[in-house]
Amino acid sequence: MIPVKFDYLAPTSVEEAVSALGEHGDEAKIMAGGQSLLPVLRMRLNAPEVVIDLGGISSLRGIRDDGDAIVIGAMTTHHDVRDHELVHQHALLLSKAAAEVADAQIRHRGTFGGALAHADPAGDLGAPALALGAQFVIAGAAGTRTVEAADFFVDLFETAIGEDEILTEVRVPKHTGWGAHYEKFVRVAHQWPIVAVAATVRGSIDEARVGLTNMGSTPLRASATEEALAGASATEDGVRAAAELAAEGTSPPSDLNGAADYRQHLARVLTGRAVLKAAGA
Amino acid sequence: MTKIELTVDGSAVSDEVEPRMLLVQYLREKLGKTGTVIGCDTSNCGACTVHLDGTSVKSCNVLAVQANGRTVTTIEGLADTADGELHPVQEAFRECHGLQCGFCTPGMIMQAVDLLGENPDPTEEEVRLGMEGNLCRCTGYHNIVKSVLHAAEGAKA
Ligand SMILES: Cc1cc2nc3c(=O)[nH]c(=O)nc-3n(C[C@H](O)[C@H](O)[C@H](O)COP(=O)(O)OP(=O)(O)OC[C@H]3O[C@@H](n4cnc5c(N)ncnc54)[C@H](O)[C@@H]3O)c2cc1C
Ligand code: FES
Ligand code: FES
Repeated sequence: MIPVKFDYLAPTSVEEAVSALGEHGDEAKIMAGGQSLLPVLRMRLNAPEVVIDLGGISSLRGIRDDGDAIVIGAMTTHHDVRDHELVHQHALLLSKAAAEVADAQIRHRGTFGGALAHADPAGDLGAPALALGAQFVIAGAAGTRTVEAADFFVDLFETAIGEDEILTEVRVPKHTGWGAHYEKFVRVAHQWPIVAVAATVRGSIDEARVGLTNMGSTPLRASATEEALAGASATEDGVRAAAELAAEGTSPPSDLNGAADYRQHLARVLTGRAVLKAAGA
Repeated sequence: MTKIELTVDGSAVSDEVEPRMLLVQYLREKLGKTGTVIGCDTSNCGACTVHLDGTSVKSCNVLAVQANGRTVTTIEGLADTADGELHPVQEAFRECHGLQCGFCTPGMIMQAVDLLGENPDPTEEEVRLGMEGNLCRCTGYHNIVKSVLHAAEGAKA
C-alpha cells in the first residue's frame, strides 16, 4: 500500500523545521529516517497532511566529544552509532544495542533520535539510553530545553517532546571503559525483542547500570539489581541473586509472544547473561 | 508534485513526483527498472534492496523525494554492462546456484554487495547475520550463504 497524499517540506535548519511545525500544528508529522513512520503511513494508520523531513538538516547528524559527555545528533543513523569510535570508548552499551536494531538496511536509514522519539516500548535504544542517564535536548519556538532520561519516556509511544518541538541531540554521560552487553530475546531475527536487557558495568563488578526493554509501557531501570551488583563478583553465583531482582516493580504486557510472568522470568535470566557478558565473564 | 534530481544506475534523471511515491515505485513504474521487486508490505523481506549513496536500503521504505540529490544503484546497474560481464557477486550466485525461483535474488545480491563492502572476509555467521533483513521462501538460505562466501573467496584470489 502507499500513503495517503501529503505535502512535503524539506527544511535545511532546525529553526525552519520548528517554524514549519508551528505553522502546521497537529496536521504535520516529522520524518527522520522514516523507518517507523513510513510503515505507519503505508498501512494508513496515520495520515498527516504535511510531512516535514529532517534529512536535509546536516547539523543534526554526527557525534561529538563534549567533555564529560558525548553528544549524538538526532539524525545519526543506527549504523553510525554502532560503529563510531567515541561511542565505543565512552558508551559501548549504545553500540551494542544499535547493532541489534532491525537489519542492515534499516540501520542505514533509521536514526538514533527517531527511534527514541518514536518510543516503542519494544524499541532497542530506550533502555540503554535510560541506563546511561542520557539527556535529551529538545528545540521549540522558545528555544531549547534539556530533559533527563527518567522524565523523557512518558508512556507507550509518548515522550516529553511537545507537538511543536523537535529532538535535536542526546547527551550521553561518558562511561569510559565500562564493559557492556545487550541481550535481546527474539522470535524472528530482525525484529523487536520480546524482552531485552541492556547492561553496562565498571570493573568486575564495582558499579552496574541495567535497563529493561519491553517490560512495561516505557523502558525501565532495574534499580534493585543495580544496587545488588555493586561489589558483586562477576561469576554465575555472584550475579544470580542480583539478577533475581530484575523484574521487581515491572508490569510487562501479555501478548501472543508471551505472558507477563514469562516476560518477568526472561528479564531475570537475560539480566544474568547480560551482566556476565558485560563484565567479560 | 515535487521536483527531484538524482542519479540512477549511472544516469542523471530529473522528474516531478508525488511526495508519497515510494522509491521502489518510482524505479519500477517511472523508470521501468523492474529488476527491483516488491515482496512484502511490511519492509521485512528485503527483495526491494537497492543502494542509496552506496549503502543498502529497502526501497519500499524510502520516499522517492528522499532520494533527491542522491545516487541510486539497482541490480540493473550493478554489472558493468559495457563488457557484458556479471558483477562478481552475481557470478557467485550463478556458480553456487544461490537461487531457486529468483524472486529474492536482486535484493540478496544488493545486500551481499553491501555486506562484502563493509566486511570483505566474513565468517559464515557474519554472512547469515548480515543478510538477516532478506527473506527467501525457496532455498533454505544454504546456497545463498555459500554464494556470498564464494564471492568473498573470489575477491581474495
Ligand atoms: C522491519 C523493521 C524492523 C525493525 N526492527 C526494529 C528492532 O528490532 N528494534 C528497534 O528498536 N527498532 C526496529 N525498527 C524500527 C527502527 O529502529 C526505526 O529506525 C526507528 O524506530 C525510527 O527511526 P527513524 O529515524 O526511522 O524515525 P521515523 O520513522 O522517521 O520517525 C518515527 C517517529 O518519531 C518522530 N520523530 C522522529 N525524529 C524526531 C525528532 N528528531 N524529533 C521529534 N520527533 C521525531 C516521527 O514524527 C515519528 O512519529 C524496525 C523497523 C522495521 C521497518
Ligand atoms: S518489499 Fe521492501 S522489504 Fe519487502
Ligand atoms: S529463490 Fe525463491 S524466494 Fe529466494
